[in-house]
Amino acid sequence: MMPSQHVSGDDVPEVRDVDITPSGSLPPQKIAQIQQMAETGIYEIRGAGGKRKVPSFDDLSFLTASISRYPLEGYRERCDTTTVLGTRHAENPMELAIPITIAGMSFGALSATAKESLGRAASFMGTSTTTGDGGMTEEERQASDKLVYQCLPSRYGFNPHDLRRADAIEVVVGQGAKPGGGGMLLGQKVSERVAAMRTLPAGIDQRSASRHPDWTGPDDLTIKIHELREATSWKVPIYVKVGATRVANDVKLACASGADVIVVDGMVGGTAATQEVFMEHAGIPTLAAVRQAADALREIDMDDQVQLVISGGIRSGADIAKALALGADAVSIGMGALVALGCNSAKIMLDGAEMDVSDDYARLGTKAGYCHHMHTGRCPVGIATQDPALEKRLSSEVGARRVTNYLKALVMELTTLARACGKSNVHNLEPEDLVALTIEAAAMARVPLAGTSWVPGQERG
Amino acid sequence: MAALATSSTQELGPITGTSVILDCEELSTREINDALRGLEAGSHVTIVHPSGRHNLAVGLFEHLDIVIDGHAGYFIGGLGAGPDITVNGFVGWSVGENLMSGTVRVRGGASACAGASSHGGTVIVHGSASSRAGISLKGGTVAVGGDVGHMSGFMAQAGTMLIGGDAGNALGDSLYEAVIYVAGEIASLGSDARIEDLTQDDVDTVRRLVELTGFDHISPEDVKRVASAKQLYNFDALKGQEY
Repeated sequence: MMPSQHVSGDDVPEVRDVDITPSGSLPPQKIAQIQQMAETGIYEIRGAGGKRKVPSFDDLSFLTASISRYPLEGYRERCDTTTVLGTRHAENPMELAIPITIAGMSFGALSATAKESLGRAASFMGTSTTTGDGGMTEEERQASDKLVYQCLPSRYGFNPHDLRRADAIEVVVGQGAKPGGGGMLLGQKVSERVAAMRTLPAGIDQRSASRHPDWTGPDDLTIKIHELREATSWKVPIYVKVGATRVANDVKLACASGADVIVVDGMVGGTAATQEVFMEHAGIPTLAAVRQAADALREIDMDDQVQLVISGGIRSGADIAKALALGADAVSIGMGALVALGCNSAKIMLDGAEMDVSDDYARLGTKAGYCHHMHTGRCPVGIATQDPALEKRLSSEVGARRVTNYLKALVMELTTLARACGKSNVHNLEPEDLVALTIEAAAMARVPLAGTSWVPGQERG
Repeated sequence: MAALATSSTQELGPITGTSVILDCEELSTREINDALRGLEAGSHVTIVHPSGRHNLAVGLFEHLDIVIDGHAGYFIGGLGAGPDITVNGFVGWSVGENLMSGTVRVRGGASACAGASSHGGTVIVHGSASSRAGISLKGGTVAVGGDVGHMSGFMAQAGTMLIGGDAGNALGDSLYEAVIYVAGEIASLGSDARIEDLTQDDVDTVRRLVELTGFDHISPEDVKRVASAKQLYNFDALKGQEY
C-alpha cells in the first residue's frame, strides 16, 4: 500500500493514494458506533438479530444414502412429519402435522395483520403459532387453530380468560436474542391499542421486566407450573422457553420443574428491538444449544417424555433437518416467517398492484435486504409497525399465502433430506447422519469432522 | 367422598348446596380446585387443614365465598376472576397473583410478591407483607395493614397500594400510573418514584380503602402519596436516567 501523500490547499488525493486498510480492532463500523455513542450517550437499539458470523447449521452436511444405506424414493414414498408436543402431563398434547412452529412475536412488535397472517398460515399447515409480549389478540385467536399463549415476565395483557382459550402455555424465561434481558418496544409502536392491552400509557418507551413478578428460582417455577395446570384443569401442555446460555443446566431444571416441552432459543434468534450488545455478545449459537439440550435430556432419561423445540436462526429445510438430527423434536421460526411475509422486500402488493418501497427503506438509512429497523415502527412493508397507513401495506391474504408457501417449501426440503438418508419419518434423523465442515461445528454438534472419524473433545474409537 | 360435605348432600356429585367443606388432608389440590370449579355461583366453601398447601382456589371465575381455615402456600387465589377468599392464617408467595376481580383477604401475613400483576380486585393482608408486594400491578388494589418489604410496587403500572405500616427500600421503583399510599415510614424510594402532595381525591380513596379493609389505624389525611415522576417513560440520555 502506498503511503498517503501530503495534501495542502485544494489538492485532493486520488483514492488510490489513500490508505484505506481497516484497523483490526477499529474497523469503520466500530468507529461509527463509538462516534454514535459519543454523540447520543446511549447504546444502539435495533431489531433483527446478531450480524457477526457464528458457527451454524450451514457448517454441517448430511451423509445421505449410497451403498451402505439406501434412500427412499423422493416423490413416491411417504415420509412422516407428524409431531406431538406435550405428552408428559397434558390431557390434550399439541398434535402438529409438521415439526415447524411459528415462534412467539408480540402484537405491538408486529401489526395485527401480520399476526393474523401467521396464524392463518400455521392453521393451513396444521401447526401452531404463538402469542408474544402483549397478550392475545382476537384476530390471532380466530386465525389460529393451535395457539400457544406466552406467560412472560411483563405479564402484559395476560389474563385467565385467554389462558383457558389457549392450546398450550409457554412460560418464557428468556429469549435467544437477549437472554437475561426484558422486552423492549419503543414509543413509536406503543399505539393506543397496544398501550391499552399492556396497561401502559401510549407512546412510552416500554421496557419489560426481565424477571417474572411472582416466582424466581426453579423450585418456585415448579409451583408456578402447577398453578397454571390447575387453572387450565391439566388439559394443555406447558412449555418453558429459555435463551441459550447455560443450556444443560436450564434444560434439566426446566424438566425438574415439570415442563412438558422445552424451547431453547439460540443467540442467532431475532427480535423486534433490543440493545445491540445483547444480540452480539450474549448466549451461545443455536448449533451448540441443540446438541447440549438433547444430551441433557438423555442424561436424565427424559428424552422420551419431554419434547425439545429449537429456535434461533432457522431458515431452511436443511436447518430443520439438522436440528432434528441433533435431537430436536420440532423447530420454531420467527425471522424466517417474517421474511416470508415480506420483510426486507423491495416491493409489496397493494390493492392488487405492485408497489416499490425502496424510497421508504432509504428514508430509514437502509435498503431492502439489510433492514433491521423493526424498532422504529416505520416498516416499509407493513409488518413491524403500528402505523395504520403502513399496516395497510400487508394484506392477511397475501401474507398468509406467502408464509404457507414458505412452510410447504421447508417441509419439502426437510423430507427430501430425510428420504435421502433413508428415513420414512423425519424424527428418525440422527447425529450419525451428519458430519461437520469445520472443527468448531464438529465440537459443538459433536459429530465427526467431514472425512474423518474425529469429534473434538471425544476419545478416538 | 368423605372429605367433602355440603349442607344438602354428603357426596361430591352435582353440588347444589350452599355450604361446602373441603378437607386438604383427604383431597389433592386438583380435586379441591375441580370441586370449586363445579360449584354454582354464590356457594360458601370452607377449606380445612390447608397446612401450607400451594395453589388453592386458583383460576376460578365464579363468585364463591371461600374460607381457607389455616396457613396456606404459594399463589392462593391466583388467576381468579370473581371469588371472595379469606385465609385464616399466613400465606406464601404471590397471593392473588394476576387477580382480575374479587377479593383475597389474608388474616395473617404474606410472603413475597403479594398481589403481583393483579389487574383488578383487591388483595388485603392484615399483617405484614414481604418484598415486592404489588409488583407489576396492573389495575388491582393491594392493601397491607402492616409493613412491606423492599422493592414493593416495582414497575406497578396501574391500580392502588395502601401500606398501613412502613415500606422497605426502593419503594415504587420504575412506577408507571399506579399510586402507593404509605401510612408509616419509607426506607427509600426507587428510581423515578417521588412523594407528591395529597389531594382530596387521594384522601377519599384512602378512606374508602380503610372502610373496606378495616385498617382503622390508618389516618387518610396523614398518608404519603408515592407516584411516578415519569422521567423514565422515554429514553433520554441527557437526563441521567437511572436504570
